[in-house]
Amino acid sequence: MNDENNKKEIDEVTGVETTGHEWDGLKELNTPLPRWWLWIFYVTIIWSVWYWVIYPAWPTLSGNTEGTGQYTQFNELAASQNEIVERQKAYLDRFEGASFEEILDDPELYAFAIAGGSSAFKDNCATCHGTGGAGGKGYPNLNDDDWLWGGTLSEIHQTLEFGIRENNYDTRLSQMPAFGKDELLTKHEVDAVVDYVLSLSNNKILETEVVEGAQIFKMQCASCHGDDGKGSHDFGAPNLADKIWLYGGDRSSVYQSVYSSRAGMMPAWGNRLDENTLKQLTVFLHQLGGGEEEQENVSAATESDQ
Amino acid sequence: MSWMNKHEKLERNSLLLLGFIIVTVLIGGIIEIVPLFRMETVIEPVEGVRPYTPLELAGQNIYVRENCASCHSQHIRPLRDEVVRYGHYSLAAESMYDHPFLWGSKRTGPDLARVGGKYSDEWHTAHMKEPRDLVPESIMPSYGFLLKKSAKLHDIKDHLKTLRRLGVPYNDEMIEWARKDAVAQAVGENRTDISGLQERYGDSVNARDFDGQPDMISEMDALVAYLQVLGTMVDFEAAKNVEGGAE
Repeated sequence: MNDENNKKEIDEVTGVETTGHEWDGLKELNTPLPRWWLWIFYVTIIWSVWYWVIYPAWPTLSGNTEGTGQYTQFNELAASQNEIVERQKAYLDRFEGASFEEILDDPELYAFAIAGGSSAFKDNCATCHGTGGAGGKGYPNLNDDDWLWGGTLSEIHQTLEFGIRENNYDTRLSQMPAFGKDELLTKHEVDAVVDYVLSLSNNKILETEVVEGAQIFKMQCASCHGDDGKGSHDFGAPNLADKIWLYGGDRSSVYQSVYSSRAGMMPAWGNRLDENTLKQLTVFLHQLGGGEEEQENVSAATESDQ
Repeated sequence: MSWMNKHEKLERNSLLLLGFIIVTVLIGGIIEIVPLFRMETVIEPVEGVRPYTPLELAGQNIYVRENCASCHSQHIRPLRDEVVRYGHYSLAAESMYDHPFLWGSKRTGPDLARVGGKYSDEWHTAHMKEPRDLVPESIMPSYGFLLKKSAKLHDIKDHLKTLRRLGVPYNDEMIEWARKDAVAQAVGENRTDISGLQERYGDSVNARDFDGQPDMISEMDALVAYLQVLGTMVDFEAAKNVEGGAE
């Protein structure tokens, strides 16, 4: 290596300076960086200085430099939320104060409720009740007109807001006794009443076979499920005379229900979702399967039943 | 531009080069590391965040053991769609007692930062046992064995002690009563006295049989207790000031 004579020699073939290093007759070219690359490099340095000024960048002892742009993700979120609120405003302003009747009568509000309700349903309810609302074992099917706690708009709204067997005063609350486990009935009696319950929805079972069960039913079950076993919305007591079963309609499932009772719970959504979303969900659920008419008609119907 | 050629001096003198490398790395290191010593300046204090109860902690240990964090994040980012789906974005204070933190970086399943109270205990138990019973399209593995294994509570006291050394404010009484608190929480308020537990961890602590097996404190009890408290500690009315702080 001939360090000292720093006179750069020019390579004859390429016309480029060499580094002056030489190994066994091989010389190293000192090709300069392409100009375009170098200039981009300088620009990024300048850009980074601009970035330090505008955006939060440097840590300090008590936090960090805030930057002249006042950028935070929280501000950005707020702006993007405002934008959505702005876009929904045309509907929200009317929706907020509207009663359910007004919503049902106004096609625009109704469409707004269904759109919002169906997306809120997918986020929050579908996990238990299924994407299409078909439910599953322990989680009611919301597509049918078989309601546990009532299917009018106001009843659905109350169930949504306060939940079932939740930790608040307005929640839907009832507790079926564990007839077998707590020894209110003997195993034989449980068997008998299960037979009777199954006979309500199965006309192949003769009434003469289930006389004993019928008596036990009248004594123990009818106060909530009704003399005819058609259930009651007041206690969330299911209709036992149809073929819709929440925990399975085979003999062993029904036996299990009578023996150790069931008590499903649903979270209260009032703390989690805002009032508009609850209203949207209510309207969505009401139209999904068999939403019931408001109180007057229903009470008349139940009276004639009894 | 002769100053441009000065680097040759560095390149020809290895000790000098080493010296400059050390200086450069030090500058980068100081900028990255020193702020961590001042962590308290970036965690806004928020009302309501408390250390996990011993049972919840046992549940968190199971969460770590089963590596739930590889499919579930626990961090709601301040983005509109996430806030709409999962609730208020996560605050730093909400995971300040997590060691290790479980923010995760991948969502094969949904985010769990605010899953507490969103579903019932029965749902969690049934879903852990066989996810497809409830969500037919789920690809989550089954964790039914959690129902059969007793929760590991005999050493829970040591876990609390260790966390205290890492800065989690467990007091002597909490450590002393750790195991009994864990049992009380899983047995539930209907069948035992939970006043001590409430005194130490607040009135809103969930105390009940979580997994539907009243005779046993299973790993399912612990895990569900942990899941049911996630994201429920902060009172967001009080936290409004912090949100506004950026403006």
